[in-house]
Amino acid sequence: MLQILVEALAKTYRVAERAPGLAGALRGLVRRRWREVHALADVSFSLEAGELLAFIGPNGAGKSTTVKILSGILRPTSGRVEVGGLVPYEDRIRHVARIGVVFGQRSQLWWDLPVIDGFDLLADIYRVEPTRYRHRRDELVAMLRLEPLLDQPVRQLSLGQRMRAEFAAALLHDPAILFLDEPTIGLDAPSKLAVRAFVRRLNREQGVTVLLTTHDMHDVEALAERVIVIGQGRLLADGPFASLRAGVLAERRLHVDFAGPAPELDLPRVTVRARTERSLELAFDPTDIPAPKLIALITASHAVEDVHVDEPAIEEVIARFYDLHDAHEA
Amino acid sequence: MNALALYGRYAMTSLRAQAQYPAATLMLTAGHCAATAIEILGVFALFDRFGPVGGWTFGEAALFYALVNITFSLADLLTRGFEVFGTDFVRTGAFDRVLLRPRAAALQLAGHEVRLSRLGRFVQAFAVLVLASHLVPIDWDAAAVATALWAVAGGVALFGGILILQATLAFWTVESLEIAHVLTYGGVQAAQYPLNIYAAWFRRLLTFGVPLACVTYYPALAILNRPDPLGAPGWLLPIAPVAGFAFLGLSLLAWRAGMARYASTGS
Repeated sequence: MLQILVEALAKTYRVAERAPGLAGALRGLVRRRWREVHALADVSFSLEAGELLAFIGPNGAGKSTTVKILSGILRPTSGRVEVGGLVPYEDRIRHVARIGVVFGQRSQLWWDLPVIDGFDLLADIYRVEPTRYRHRRDELVAMLRLEPLLDQPVRQLSLGQRMRAEFAAALLHDPAILFLDEPTIGLDAPSKLAVRAFVRRLNREQGVTVLLTTHDMHDVEALAERVIVIGQGRLLADGPFASLRAGVLAERRLHVDFAGPAPELDLPRVTVRARTERSLELAFDPTDIPAPKLIALITASHAVEDVHVDEPAIEEVIARFYDLHDAHEA
Repeated sequence: MNALALYGRYAMTSLRAQAQYPAATLMLTAGHCAATAIEILGVFALFDRFGPVGGWTFGEAALFYALVNITFSLADLLTRGFEVFGTDFVRTGAFDRVLLRPRAAALQLAGHEVRLSRLGRFVQAFAVLVLASHLVPIDWDAAAVATALWAVAGGVALFGGILILQATLAFWTVESLEIAHVLTYGGVQAAQYPLNIYAAWFRRLLTFGVPLACVTYYPALAILNRPDPLGAPGWLLPIAPVAGFAFLGLSLLAWRAGMARYASTGS
């Protein structure tokens, strides 16, 4: 079932240009000059119910604008958007009752209130029927291990604890779609892992459709089967991360530790990326030369203590991708 | 849960948050009481020095003072969300959070904070009301009480409307919006004195522009059982506060236009 449909989405902001200094500010009062900024230009994609999609791109690429339009806060300049059959910005109140949103940088909870009181208030705001609410709340409290935190005011929680509470708050009304805007930003490693495990479980076990934006490539690696890359307001890629990797940076890396000093190797289409006294890091394309063959070639003529093969880090793949598309932050 | 019940929940939530800092809340309330009570001394000094002003005794003037201050204290208690809308919601992006909830934005802002410290002004204004009742004296029969409550309701609606207009401006500019204080604090200052002491253009402004006179001066005349020295018909006096609700209605229309604009600019 199609859940999110985005067609030829465009958003243009008019930004007032202002000359520096007091004189400029005064002149700006009399006659403003406007500059058009194309935050989004012709973005199209669709999402099936139950999918988990990661939205990535450099700062200023248009990720937040897209999420804001999808969540009904912002009206696009042109294009068509439907989420669960509703146009978000035409039907805001009905639409937002069916989605959940978690901002990594912004709290949804009441700072001075105990966590449980905030949950109760949200249940009233979303008109959740009391028995359903209690059932859902207990379920989320168990999944997110919130029990010991319920009586604490939100301001006393650590960031990791708060994010767990934020997730519960966004899901109390049992939304079919969850938007996550940089949900792991600033979290320590265990908290990041907990958030990823929870999102995966929510998606797999409860069938919640998830759309997440992130700069943390480990989020992408751990969660998303499908990745959309956006740059300067345009859609640059849409597909499984593996195919993005294959198209951009198919190379593998071979790390070799030698028994003696690292030798000069003369192998066609294999480049030396790094060398120390007794080790080499080689880059090769497995379609030119498969890893076993390369290893065999080296071990045949040199005494080798250890080898291992890996792939370029996901950050490297993405950075290369941005390079190829000239999509760095404007 | 319907809108009114939810508003009650919001209000309770805000009170509980303030109850976390009881000493601070109490000090703020006392401070606000003292700071605003200074003004009645000014009114007293004026009458003490010059005798009756514009045909009014100090006791009668104290009724005008009490009525507008009670009204404003309640409005100020209830409208904090709109007052800080530009600085605390639009500029910080917190307004997005409001829009992500399936309720009218105006309702959520109204419920943002019930500011208890504003009861300080209410307490001193109520004390002045008791004083005025003795000095005049005022006969608080059912009609007078009903008129007073109705006037306060209309006045809260009017001040609420002014604050909503101020908040609406924030959709266009997040520059400092102190200008609205001319209407709120300045309006309170002006309405503390009977309308007939002012010049004609200012009287028209307070009746037809920002109808403060309709929610204080005219109903106060009805409570005092006095005809309008300016000649407004007697039947008009008790119904005048309806103007406050009309003003609030127009403000909400402007607010809706601002909301539509926000959705297309996102800032």
